[in-house]
Amino acid sequence: MTTPSPGVGGSDGRDGEPGAYLDHAATTPLSSAALAAFVAEAGRTGNASSLHSAGRAARRAVEESREQLAASLGARPSEVVFTAGGTESDNLAIKGIFWGRRRQDPRRIRVLVSAVEHHAVLDPAFWLAGHAGAEITLLPVDGDGRLDLAALRAELAAHADEVALVSVMWANNEVGTLQPVRDVVRLAHQHGIPVHTDAVQAVGQVEVDFAASGVDAMTVTGHKLGGPVGVGALLARRDLPLEAVLHGGGQERGVRSGTLDTPAIRAFAVAVAEAVESRPRRAAALATLRDALVAGVRRVAPEAVLRGPEPAAIADGRAGTPARLPGNAHFTFPGAEGDSLLYLLDSAGVQASTGSACQAGVPQPSHVLLAMGVPELDARGALRFSLGATSRAADVDRLIAALPQVVDRARAAGLVSGRALTGGVA
Amino acid sequence: MRVLAAMSGGVDSAVAAALAVEAGHDVVGVHMALSRNRDQFRTGSRGCCSIEDAGDARRAADVLGIPYYVWDLSERFEETVVADFLSEYESGRTPNPCVRCNEHIKFEALLDKATALGFDAVATGHYARVVTRGDGSRELHRSPNAEKDQSYVLAVMGPDRLARAMFPLGGFATKAEVRAEAERRGLSVSAKPDSYDICFVADGDTRGFLRDRLGSRPGEVRDVEGNVVGEHDGAYAYTVGQRKGLGLGRPAADGRARYVVDVQTSTNTVVVGPAELLSVDRVAAEKAVWFDSSLVGPVETTHVETSPAATTWRDVELQIRAHGSPVPAQVRATPGTPGRDGVVAHDGVPGLELRLTGAPLRGVAAGQSAVVYRGTQVLGQATVADAWRG
Repeated sequence: MTTPSPGVGGSDGRDGEPGAYLDHAATTPLSSAALAAFVAEAGRTGNASSLHSAGRAARRAVEESREQLAASLGARPSEVVFTAGGTESDNLAIKGIFWGRRRQDPRRIRVLVSAVEHHAVLDPAFWLAGHAGAEITLLPVDGDGRLDLAALRAELAAHADEVALVSVMWANNEVGTLQPVRDVVRLAHQHGIPVHTDAVQAVGQVEVDFAASGVDAMTVTGHKLGGPVGVGALLARRDLPLEAVLHGGGQERGVRSGTLDTPAIRAFAVAVAEAVESRPRRAAALATLRDALVAGVRRVAPEAVLRGPEPAAIADGRAGTPARLPGNAHFTFPGAEGDSLLYLLDSAGVQASTGSACQAGVPQPSHVLLAMGVPELDARGALRFSLGATSRAADVDRLIAALPQVVDRARAAGLVSGRALTGGVA
Repeated sequence: MRVLAAMSGGVDSAVAAALAVEAGHDVVGVHMALSRNRDQFRTGSRGCCSIEDAGDARRAADVLGIPYYVWDLSERFEETVVADFLSEYESGRTPNPCVRCNEHIKFEALLDKATALGFDAVATGHYARVVTRGDGSRELHRSPNAEKDQSYVLAVMGPDRLARAMFPLGGFATKAEVRAEAERRGLSVSAKPDSYDICFVADGDTRGFLRDRLGSRPGEVRDVEGNVVGEHDGAYAYTVGQRKGLGLGRPAADGRARYVVDVQTSTNTVVVGPAELLSVDRVAAEKAVWFDSSLVGPVETTHVETSPAATTWRDVELQIRAHGSPVPAQVRATPGTPGRDGVVAHDGVPGLELRLTGAPLRGVAAGQSAVVYRGTQVLGQATVADAWRG
């Protein structure tokens, strides 16, 4: 039996028909304002560290961007350290704060991170464990992926004077769960312990204010909100002990050396300003679309399990604050494998993600889902749908139209694999 | 058709995928990840299991403009191919893991999943030819490239699986032609070295691999009279017909070369003897697969009192090694596993019996794959259970 042609090459969003792009949490299109800013700046010559007029012009563009970014995110310009993106910012925060704090007090070797952090936080932490004598504590989460504050409280009570830092993300990249960052800050600051948060997925979707949150360091990046890939920032309080990871020309207050990427920084600042200004309207639109997506999936695939908080849920005690990112929906499909679902959806012109890291292309069961208590077999059938500024109802319709056959086929393939695994094939 | 191209990262499967695309099929490339712990598998020149190979396969798919996925079949590979490899050696037999991989991985796990996902066929870079008859049924034939011919390791798939297999390299007479095709299409794997040996055995050190996985089990090496002539670290590491690596301190009394003539796992004993003990002209094989049962003739009833009926003897050629030459033989199909003296077991496992009509074969070991040909056509396949001098 044959099925309609998958339209090879037509579903990758680059040539021919664009298909339904439901993977904005991986990367989202460059906004036209950011593109214009990038192009304008890319046509000019000038190293922001040079003292002549060309250098001064570049410096001015960088500093205006710094001010714009700081204003958008509730930070002071002097707190902005430009980097090459989220991974670098997370590495700088975890390693830089660890080294800085340990230099002040050699007993401070403990790093507390949530079990659902991105690998850009987890891997530098475990690298420190392997290379610098750090002790890592993975803080547990509940079934929705939300941090267990009691566990943090207990950990702090037991080891407060040995803790170098706490890192808890603002919003989870897979299941979209918002973390109780203010509560984390309150608990950690009782012991004078600095807090880092990875807010890569949050900016532009929920309100993010660096000063009001109380965190000591915050990771932001460009390409998740309409800016270019390869630029980001670490917002870091001036009194935070922070050692450099990249050494060299001493740019960015000596914390991050390297010639400043003026066009990228300019476009990044423009994109952040745009995302933050349009957030109330855009978040509401994303939530409406997301709710339609969740309702549609539940209608055509009732066995699918929504992972993370219910879309309608609000964060503890904060009326109006959602418990989950408005642009995120995440499901597990019992009996199906994520890579089968991904392939079949791609064939049908729908681009989504399993949400978890790949090792040489082999999907691994998500550490986020496992930390939430999802059984490994169920975790293998995960799909993340993430919406962005360019998402339309037609994208969701296309997904819902394709999904019944996709799930049926993926489950049939799962049955074959399952039978094969138990050796039941004659 | 919707075709899944299995892409190892080597030149053959890349060209096979390209030919499937050019034949007008909707092609998706899939690389099979066969090891969870990628360090276990060799890197570099080998083509199938390393991260470099996965990257090469991805790059080839990009050049061809086809979607590309990696499917994790490592658990299934360990449970079938590697486990079978170990248990077969452990019971004194000589397995062929490439045959088991074709049987359980490429043309079972991969093919079944592909079929469930809506693919019509799986294309691989094997060197073998498929001939479609007038009635639509299909025959498996040798590649015109005698050196690369892989019909021997494919025979195990049987006719049902062959119906959903595609070997686009079937018509290529030389590897150089395949490399030229790769180069012509800008596939960077065109100059990649060929793969040999067993992909999951690092450095080709099978004995070391077996020792790591099965442990050291010291025992005795005896001659056919029962005299102890040496020691070994585990009888499982020896293969009937083996001459090298016996590590015998003193030469045989008659000064002639000695070979492994038997591996007795029950007593952990390796038996060595002169070459003539290795000569056999009778082979009994189990788990037979026939591409066309009518080829083996009508049932003969002579043995029905003592054993289930067998078919009449037919003239064929027999091959028992991947790179061995076929020898003339007569075959008959048996409805149970055949034994010596023409007795067929009532075990319901189809088998086949062979009697060589030319010179005897040397070093036929249980566990090897016996493939029966008529000319270039594969008639059937079974696993050697026993071999003797009739």
